[in-house]
Amino acid sequence: MAEFTFTDEQAQLKAAVAKFCSENFDEQTVRRLMESDPPFDAAVWTRLGTELGVLGLSVPEADGGFGGSLIDQAVAVEQLGASLACGPVFGTVFLAIPALVAASSGPVRDGLLAELVDGRGTAAFAVADKAGAFDPAAVTVTASRSGEQWTLTGTVPRVVDGGVADDLLVAANGPDGVALFAVEAAAAGVARTPLVTLDLTRPQATIAFTDAQASLVADAGEAPRVIEHALQVGSALLAVEQVGAAQHLLDLSVEYAKTRLQFGRPIGSFQAVKHRLADLLVDVEHARSTAYHAIWALTDGSDDPALAASIAQATASAAFARVATDTIQVHGGIGFTWEHQAHLYFKRATTDAALLGSAEQHRSRVAALVLDTAVAERAPRVADGTPA
Amino acid sequence: MSNDADTDRVAGLARQVVADHDPKSVPIPEFLAACYDAGLSWVHFPEGLGGLGVSRGLQAVADRILQGAGGPVPLGLNPMGYGMAAPTIREHAQSDDVKKSWLRPLASTEDLWCQLFSEPGAGSDLAGLATSAVQDGSDWVINGQKVWTSLAHRARWGLLLARTNPDVAKHKGLSYFVIDMHGPGVETRPLRQLTGQAEFNEVYFTDARIPDAHRLGAIGNGWNVAMTTLMNERSALGGSASRRGAGTIADAVSLWASRPDLQTPVLRDRLAQLWLRAEAQRLTSERSRAAATVGGPGPEGSIGKLVGAELNQHIYQFCMDLLGPEGVLYHGYGTGARDEDESESDWRGPVQQRFLRSRANTIEGGTSDVMRNILGERILGLPGDLRADAGMPWKEIPRG
Repeated sequence: MAEFTFTDEQAQLKAAVAKFCSENFDEQTVRRLMESDPPFDAAVWTRLGTELGVLGLSVPEADGGFGGSLIDQAVAVEQLGASLACGPVFGTVFLAIPALVAASSGPVRDGLLAELVDGRGTAAFAVADKAGAFDPAAVTVTASRSGEQWTLTGTVPRVVDGGVADDLLVAANGPDGVALFAVEAAAAGVARTPLVTLDLTRPQATIAFTDAQASLVADAGEAPRVIEHALQVGSALLAVEQVGAAQHLLDLSVEYAKTRLQFGRPIGSFQAVKHRLADLLVDVEHARSTAYHAIWALTDGSDDPALAASIAQATASAAFARVATDTIQVHGGIGFTWEHQAHLYFKRATTDAALLGSAEQHRSRVAALVLDTAVAERAPRVADGTPA
Repeated sequence: MSNDADTDRVAGLARQVVADHDPKSVPIPEFLAACYDAGLSWVHFPEGLGGLGVSRGLQAVADRILQGAGGPVPLGLNPMGYGMAAPTIREHAQSDDVKKSWLRPLASTEDLWCQLFSEPGAGSDLAGLATSAVQDGSDWVINGQKVWTSLAHRARWGLLLARTNPDVAKHKGLSYFVIDMHGPGVETRPLRQLTGQAEFNEVYFTDARIPDAHRLGAIGNGWNVAMTTLMNERSALGGSASRRGAGTIADAVSLWASRPDLQTPVLRDRLAQLWLRAEAQRLTSERSRAAATVGGPGPEGSIGKLVGAELNQHIYQFCMDLLGPEGVLYHGYGTGARDEDESESDWRGPVQQRFLRSRANTIEGGTSDVMRNILGERILGLPGDLRADAGMPWKEIPRG
């Protein structure tokens, strides 16, 4: 489809996911789940995979997927983001599934992909990134081979969804370089330490491997490409999630500004409040445009995916963070309470901004790609004090 | 809906115009008149009025071919004509004959147009304007003063908003006219601005006359007609630059690249922020174009106007901060005489002049403050501010 044009089927998908979220990820449920152990409902997760089929929308049909596109996946992710849907969306949908799709077919990869798409299993991506990009120097796990059997040793800190996932995709240094492995989280030699996170809906764990049995998913020849691709898709989908959540907050703040009365008037009639909300509208629209553009760039190759993903992350991270902070401000005292939902999104915004590279890091990458290579053609004249 | 057929038709007509009137060899007015006759000036206008009655989105198909062959960007040659007058005339002029008599010379740029809205006492509160129009037989008699009128000194026609009834609430007593700028009782004086130049004018009306046939829309309905003009203006002001890195941001990036001796990490990050903002707005314009239908511009045009204006200012502020002490030199303020500006081939001048000029961006065509009100009220649906003059007859409203 032409860029920024959604099909009728995608509109129906959006409505179906929104309905599912309103029934299964309403605020009370999200609050209950985020303080449960594990902090999501496995049965609901399976329904997302089997009943709605929205976990692996861009997985080819030959791999047990739905043969849709990354655009379809983005449509679903935006709605999941709007409701802070609990479950390993980040580890499984943003990173593990795209990595497996990019990897060559094989029994391990095919079997795991089918489980993740169905929602029967979940995965986390235990690959340290450097500002959303692959950096072999950041790999802290070592792979050893004995015959056909691989074992992994090393520790990966702060793996999102690492404490709850059934399987872990792990980058490890082997004899030929960095390769990507799958490890069963329950296997011997895997020690997971859950971490208390700022955002309770997006849990993390530090994972220590000690001679843990592993299966090769992508060898050193293709692992860098597979990981890089997963990180780009993950960055783009994360940006879409940020857009969904930011739009939810903007709607919430606008509604409040229309109904909250002070000085005998709705506070939204005061320009101080109105102009703040107008600026948020601009930020949300900009974030939406850049996030969708990244999705399209990864779908049809119309733009450099690394640049498009960084433009999206730089814009959407800043936008969601600003909308979340301003939502608290617009709501005043009630916005600072535990009882109000603003803090749930504020914490997600802070977390999302830090994951897969900060806005500043992505801005720096954009500068390297665009400014450091710029040529000085048609620079405007500079007046030098000589009379015309 | 035969979209592919329409696309082929538009492309075919554009190629025919280019073949018959090579824009590299024929005079610009002849080329643009041929575009008009082929229905390519505004493809969504009706046939016979410079259009083909097809989707507005197909204008880009025509423009790519026409401008790709070396044709001019008509909005740049007759900005008020193409950006504001044409859609207003199309929608509100009284007869097809009147429409045709205005639109063809407008399209060819033989007749330039200007917009006579703002007054010394009516800026953001445009509906409070005081220029009067009094009916006299089949004519209207105009008295009053307009200000900030771009191109009034070169325009043949002006879009005039005037008060026809001072006894009703301010929005309800306005009517909309087209006035002959060459007619008796119309005096145009240059207005010198802080750059030293005089892009704008003051226009004085002393018993100037307009035939009633040149009224657009019903008597007392001028405000609604003016909204057509303003929505199109804002959309035109905000909706440019469809290539990545094009537009004002190119000035900053190429100036940056030309001066490695002045580059610092802090300035690099600032420029990256500006580049990202420009890119996000460019993509947003693309997205809103993708969603555009045959209908006219909506309030989302205000996003582009607001962002573009502030971005321009930040971009030229960046250029000045990059240049440091070199930036605070100038090429001179001249005398404000007209011929000085118009002999300038690079009319935007050196970067310091662009910096000074950018201060107007957040004022002209609706201040950024008003733009934020529009986004808040018309898109987000927030309640309007309290108005001290609500419902009051115009003549009783305090002015000053």
